[in-house]
Amino acid sequence: MDANRLRLKETLTGYAFLSPWAIGFLVLGLYPMGMSLFYSLCQYDVLRVPQFIGLENYRELVFDDPYFGKSIWNTLVYTVLRLPLAIGGSLVLAVLANQAVRGIKFFRTAYFLPSIITGVVLSVIWIWMFNPRIGLINTALGWLGLPGPLWLQSPAWSKPGMALMSLWGIGGARMIVFIAALQGVPSALYEAVEMDGGGWWVRFRHVTVPMLSPVIFLWTVLEVIFSFQVFTEAYVMTRGGPLNTTLFYNLYLYFKAFDDYEMGYASAMAWILLVVTLVITVLQFKLGSRWVHYTGGAAEQ
Amino acid sequence: MGPLHRRRRRTVTPKSSIPPLRKALIYAVLVAITAVLIVPLVWMVSASLKGNAEILAMPPTWFPKEVQWRNYAEVFNRMPFLLYLRNTTLITAMTVIGTVLSSSLVAYSFACLRWPGRDRIFIIVIATMMLPLHVVMIPLFVIFKELHWLNTYKPLIVPAFLGGGAFYIFILRQFFLTIPRELFDAARIDGCSEWRLYWGIAMPLARPALITVAILAFMFSWNDFLGPLIYLSDQAKNTLALGLAMFVGQLQTEWGVLMAASIIIMVPVVIIFFLFQRYFIQGFTMSGMKG
Repeated sequence: MDANRLRLKETLTGYAFLSPWAIGFLVLGLYPMGMSLFYSLCQYDVLRVPQFIGLENYRELVFDDPYFGKSIWNTLVYTVLRLPLAIGGSLVLAVLANQAVRGIKFFRTAYFLPSIITGVVLSVIWIWMFNPRIGLINTALGWLGLPGPLWLQSPAWSKPGMALMSLWGIGGARMIVFIAALQGVPSALYEAVEMDGGGWWVRFRHVTVPMLSPVIFLWTVLEVIFSFQVFTEAYVMTRGGPLNTTLFYNLYLYFKAFDDYEMGYASAMAWILLVVTLVITVLQFKLGSRWVHYTGGAAEQ
Repeated sequence: MGPLHRRRRRTVTPKSSIPPLRKALIYAVLVAITAVLIVPLVWMVSASLKGNAEILAMPPTWFPKEVQWRNYAEVFNRMPFLLYLRNTTLITAMTVIGTVLSSSLVAYSFACLRWPGRDRIFIIVIATMMLPLHVVMIPLFVIFKELHWLNTYKPLIVPAFLGGGAFYIFILRQFFLTIPRELFDAARIDGCSEWRLYWGIAMPLARPALITVAILAFMFSWNDFLGPLIYLSDQAKNTLALGLAMFVGQLQTEWGVLMAASIIIMVPVVIIFFLFQRYFIQGFTMSGMKG
């Protein structure tokens, strides 16, 4: 009897402590998601009542809107260019920053520093870095005797440029997590490779990568989701130009919603993105089981 | 930090065993990468202290011929910088307070209390991390419009008090789980209320994790762009990030002023980074390992 009362009390307290999240989840999560799905079936400009039009928004997006396809293409290319730079860069940097040499903490701090610069400030710095004439990148290329492209003003180089930007942040959270995982790799594995006469590449390819595959996988999943949502950089740096080559999905969605006030149309776009993201994430988990090596437990500790 | 160090000592080859030549090579690579990553910042500070003619001059100079602070003064002339600073500080402070309070309450419920459905609901919390903001963005805009909250700071602040974000709940829950249960049980037998357990035992013990959450919430709010862009329309209500973004359009050619403004906005973030470095690292390590 008494135990039951205590349990009831704990349950009620549990719910009470949970309530801020529960209210937030219902009011700022679940209800808006439902409304978003409803708006996606409507013509809606915020000022007038939503007009139900069935799947018309979806039909128009898929069949009649060239910018929709263009924005998907841009986002996919950006993701494919950025992913290896971000994941590979952080991995290589983590291996370097995990060397047992004096002063390594200083280097780790220096690598981490640029990653705390984000959003508008990051964009402003890189507009200037990419300036074809006085920017640091083309200046450096000039020292090497190489001609620099027009970067953000060039349809061919705008997307690679924006992907290249992410190299500046490779020393951030990803690197820290990779270092932590590296420190969980038993040194016996490296010693075994060394005894067999394997060099650094064999150690990296056959010990480091498999042992870190769970964290590499996790961050690949996350970075795909992040890349799909690129917005601020494109808004500040290019507004989608030149020739719509940086019109990324969420940028187009924003323009539709808050410049054109086509809220129904933009909601349909949001739902397509949600479904595509979900499908790709599930697919990655399916494919992941083939290359992710879980027995080592580097990520489980 | 503790366990990290212990593990490192056990698994990494001892310092003395690296041959000198290899060591020199490692240092060369470490220094080269540091240079590449830090040069943009140095170049930026240098440009902010140059006159416009010198910034545009060819070939470029590493250091200003004559250090001048005019660009920094210009920042305050060109936009109501102090007003934007005040706005941003207000929003950020409220967001940090709301995030720390509400996410710790929720995390306490998940980690230290037992109730039916708890673990299932925790999975929902984790799942919401995957949800793209853009799916709820439009209905939220409509809700805040109906509430007459547009062009106020409420849409930016109130959500922080309602759970604060799944990632923060996750970090704090992981930390609360490391507190020995006996501590709570003993206090419960003494008749301590749950509220006092949370506020008097769990919160002080979780200080490092709370600082991590506070820093991450600070960084997010200070740099947030999409939120202010959507919800604020009155220029006098702008945040620094929003103000800077507008500034870019007007001043594409005045690089010195742009760099000076960027540096001033960056400074609080950099200071917090240097003061609380280990908390950054701890937060990411904890979350990443458990993921």
